[in-house]
Amino acid sequence: MMNHPIFTDNDPQKETITLNLGPTHPATHGVFQNILEMDGERIVSGVSTIGYIHRAFEKIAEHRPFYQITPLTDRMNYCSSPINNMGWHMTVEKLLGIETPKRVDYLRVIVMELARISDHLICNGILGVDTGAFTGFLYLMEEREHIYEIYEEICGARLTTNIGRIGGFERDFNDIAFAKIKNFLIKFPPILKEFEVLFNRNRIFIERTSGVAPVDPETALNYSWSGPILRATGVDYDVRVNEPYSSYQDFDFDIPVGTSGDVYDRYIVRNEEMWQSLRIIEQALQKIEKEPKGVFHANVPEFYLPPKEEVYNNMEALIYHFKIVMGEIDTPKTEVYHAVEGGNGELGFYLVNDGGRSPYRLHFRRPSFINYQMYAPMSAGMLLSDAIINMSSLNVIAGELDA
Amino acid sequence: MGKISNQQVIQSLTLKFGDRISVPTEPFGLLTLETSVDHISEVLRFFKEDKELKFNYLTDITGIHFPEQEFSIGVIYHLHSLSNNVRVRIKVFLDGKAPHIPTATSLWEGANWMERETFDFFGIIFDGHPNLIRILNVDDMTVFPMRREHPLEDPNRVDKKDYFFGR
Repeated sequence: MMNHPIFTDNDPQKETITLNLGPTHPATHGVFQNILEMDGERIVSGVSTIGYIHRAFEKIAEHRPFYQITPLTDRMNYCSSPINNMGWHMTVEKLLGIETPKRVDYLRVIVMELARISDHLICNGILGVDTGAFTGFLYLMEEREHIYEIYEEICGARLTTNIGRIGGFERDFNDIAFAKIKNFLIKFPPILKEFEVLFNRNRIFIERTSGVAPVDPETALNYSWSGPILRATGVDYDVRVNEPYSSYQDFDFDIPVGTSGDVYDRYIVRNEEMWQSLRIIEQALQKIEKEPKGVFHANVPEFYLPPKEEVYNNMEALIYHFKIVMGEIDTPKTEVYHAVEGGNGELGFYLVNDGGRSPYRLHFRRPSFINYQMYAPMSAGMLLSDAIINMSSLNVIAGELDA
Repeated sequence: MGKISNQQVIQSLTLKFGDRISVPTEPFGLLTLETSVDHISEVLRFFKEDKELKFNYLTDITGIHFPEQEFSIGVIYHLHSLSNNVRVRIKVFLDGKAPHIPTATSLWEGANWMERETFDFFGIIFDGHPNLIRILNVDDMTVFPMRREHPLEDPNRVDKKDYFFGR
């Protein structure tokens, strides 16, 4: 296999052209390199080169206490960091046997569904840009900004959120946060509707995307696809339903599936998922009303940092603070796998714990990494411009791809 | 909520393999079993192709390194039966000096990059893999960085020694 295309032979007999797509091509939205053999506009074969932003998160995680691993997960799929954060917290909670109160679960569901919306907004917006329609992207970006403002109100950060703590949240959602969420639920649907009116039945968009890169369910499963792109092929696999976490079983929502698995189906599935996410958030807000107010973390003093003012004035809080920070608390020597439905598919955390301060081994099952490996094989025979929109509809995030 | 329980999986496994697999454990409800490198292909094929179990989805392949064990390098497979909604974890431990294991790419195309990643970080040779080269690290790297003998931080740092934490 070639890995360095620049040095391929310049034999005059050679009829194909070697083309480096990436690593910093503006159309790939991230650091992706694909070395393509082109016959005119058609791709004959391709090789993906990845790892340009590999940051050795799994190695770093072996040297960090659990609560310091959350910022690493932010930087994987940075379009929906809260899902990664929550997935990691839930993994540790599963390991430690922490039961979170229902209100915490619902608050988490709100944050995760907002993150899913922002993830899908990016993907579908960019898909519009790549097919030549800039308008939809600009409409949607304003709404993503509103989601980021909600994050900001909850945790202070916008992109790499580090939201929540093991056992719950670092603080309760304030009134402004709830007001912003409610405002978002009012403002966002008309804009999403407008976006759908612009695109769904748009003849140019349909001709550009329909029938491009179709995938049948067997191939998708064979390549271990997950998430919206798997559901677009017709497989109704969603971790939220198959193995409900964070009280997803309490919610009433549908799992949209496609039929042909092409770019248009993926677009439709993502759009429909945004509507379902809105449904879930609305239900979560109603359910929170019925829960006791002010509960935002589980009652686990040995794992959840006490408030600072108590640390300074209360002996017990000081002891727990010290023990948590120094990692002196015994943890079970076992292994745990926890999966959440990330923006791109099943985001899994495989944690092997030896009872020490940091994990013995932590492996991230990163959906982008596993989804992307089919990209080069499926590009063969495709037009270059189709391969570009295929990549943007796979929604591969470089940070998650390379970890 | 699986349609078949872990017990049923264990039953059909013991019928088929007997003592070629270890006694299964269930940490956090996830059926975990260990087998040897000689039988792993057979076990994976059985899981995938059995009419009842239908573990048709390969969730993940990864490695682990326990330097103090005789068989120090481990390969861990996570399989998922989507129709029955059951997961299973299969472990194989290999000789650390020359870890070889048959590839799973003949069963799942998706195993390709997972095995390349595992090779890249642990140096496990997947026999029969179509393209076993480094994937995330640079091509001219000489070590396998996720093995325990490669510490992350400066080993001369003294403020993080275990005895400061009562261990």
